[in-house]
Amino acid sequence: MAEKVLITGNIAAAQGAIYAGCRHYFGYPITPQSDVVEFFAAELPKLGGYFVQTESECTSINMLYGCACTGVRCMTSSSSTGFSLMMEGLSTIAAAEVSCVVMNVQRGGPGAGSTQTAQMDYLQAVKGGGHGGYKMVVLAPATVQECFDFVQIAFYLADKYRHPAMVLTDAMIGQMMESVELVTHDFGPLPEKPWAVKCGREGGKRGNMIHNAPGIWSLYKDYQVRITDKYKKMAEQEVRVKTYDIEDADLIIVSFGSSARSGLGAYEMARRDGRKVGFIRPISLWPFPTQVIREAAKTTKHFLVVEDNLGQMVEDVDHAVQGRAEVHFLGMLARHLPDSSGMIFPHTIYQEVKKYI
Amino acid sequence: MSEQKAGKKVIYHKPESAFETSSLFCAGCQHSIIARVVCEAIDEMGIQGDAVGVSGVGCHGMCHVYMDVDFVFALHGRAPGTATGIKRGLSNKGIVFTFQGDGDLAAIGLGDILSAVNRGEKLTTIFFNNAGYGTTGGQMAPTTLQGQVTTTSPEGRDAASHGYPVHMAEMMASMRGVAYSARVALIGLKNFMSAKKAVKTAFQKQIDNVGYGFVEFVCTCPPGWGMNPPKSIQWLEKAMLEEYPLGELKNVDIIE
Repeated sequence: MAEKVLITGNIAAAQGAIYAGCRHYFGYPITPQSDVVEFFAAELPKLGGYFVQTESECTSINMLYGCACTGVRCMTSSSSTGFSLMMEGLSTIAAAEVSCVVMNVQRGGPGAGSTQTAQMDYLQAVKGGGHGGYKMVVLAPATVQECFDFVQIAFYLADKYRHPAMVLTDAMIGQMMESVELVTHDFGPLPEKPWAVKCGREGGKRGNMIHNAPGIWSLYKDYQVRITDKYKKMAEQEVRVKTYDIEDADLIIVSFGSSARSGLGAYEMARRDGRKVGFIRPISLWPFPTQVIREAAKTTKHFLVVEDNLGQMVEDVDHAVQGRAEVHFLGMLARHLPDSSGMIFPHTIYQEVKKYI
Repeated sequence: MSEQKAGKKVIYHKPESAFETSSLFCAGCQHSIIARVVCEAIDEMGIQGDAVGVSGVGCHGMCHVYMDVDFVFALHGRAPGTATGIKRGLSNKGIVFTFQGDGDLAAIGLGDILSAVNRGEKLTTIFFNNAGYGTTGGQMAPTTLQGQVTTTSPEGRDAASHGYPVHMAEMMASMRGVAYSARVALIGLKNFMSAKKAVKTAFQKQIDNVGYGFVEFVCTCPPGWGMNPPKSIQWLEKAMLEEYPLGELKNVDIIE
């Protein structure tokens, strides 16, 4: 019987890292994820690991880069405005092709935005964020259990592709408590990392040089061919999505992360009333489940994209649908309160559904 | 350095930890000699297998092509943070050093080096001070001298608009986390030897887990200064060393 605990999404994510064998964390406090930083500060030394409180998120990501160059499992986390400070470093980690996990517990934006929940960093997460057009797997948990699980999956994928992987949560998922089953996901033995820098080399010769300038220290086209192939493999193999009753649906709600909880609620209400409503929840935001949505667009009439922002994922749904069905959007203007603590409730979404079918 | 080889006495040879390669640098640039000094120090201390270098961004970021040790390229100014991550990743083993120029260390990365030192990191930084930006074509750096003409101070650097030359070795010496700070220059054998001694001492402070080791090399940039190599050496001795005097600024075995 696995251990069951009542914890927040933030702590679950941090526990997931520990269960994945992560013993190195670098971070800077920021609401709403300071408890992640505090957790690692308390727990890692007990496990013989290393915690560093950095002077900025900029340094967090650059320490993570250095640490990832040694091949150990390592992680950082932040929230929106702090996460933006990491973008140059994240681009560097992608360019250098080293493995690590980053987590963004979103708060409102833009700028310092708010300290409370929002899903306003979708585009930053899936379209690069930093410069140069890099991509990485982005997983969006909708439950506290998934925070725990997805961080483990993210570490596995980071190693599998020798690439950063991202977990995108928000203040709601990060701060709320749910029951979590603490189980280690077994992905088989850790891959060898002969590319890592290390000390104690026999004969003392250089083993490795890790750089972030593929157009300076290697033939640029070789890099581009390799990275194109890597992204293609990720796009083919790492799509994660959940679908509910999309086969006969006249309208399909599409939402991710915390919004998916409301979206799922609205779908259930509609089905109880006998309305042909389906639900699609992208779990990997990149790679996006484009084909699943494109297929569904052949039979359904409407998509209703629900996300806690002013319209971001709706662009990817639009791209997938290719004009074969109507794409509607319900965003944070539909929150129940005008201040930063507002939420989009299931019945609000259901009211919107009833406008179309 | 001297050894018997086939009946002849070898008094000068390529360091073990240096690659055999041609120079990437401009005529009269001293960067490759600084790399050589660091290689000699690594050889003499027998630490080649444990040394990991971290390059900043700038001409100094090309020194790795001479050096047969593991290397990581950091972002501009971020080498102390990246080096910290490497050190932790190696469980605080390994001898991790950064190469940083004056733009990298004293401008974009000033906060990073101060924070690394203040965090009590046991790292070694080799600082290349050539009073300007070489790679991008001779712009003003925080180390640029008063009155010095650069492409971004065409009338000469003046304090009212551009502030003052920054004294990194002194600044480092003033910080508690620093165990060793020195300023050296590669002019003449005596200085060459004391530069190597400084690098070795800076490494030793890391190995002994005492504190941060910092060595500032005052060095030439003939194209950046608009001078030929001999003239640049003269200007270094006359103008640079007047502003940046050589010497050991801190050397402690215990940090309380």
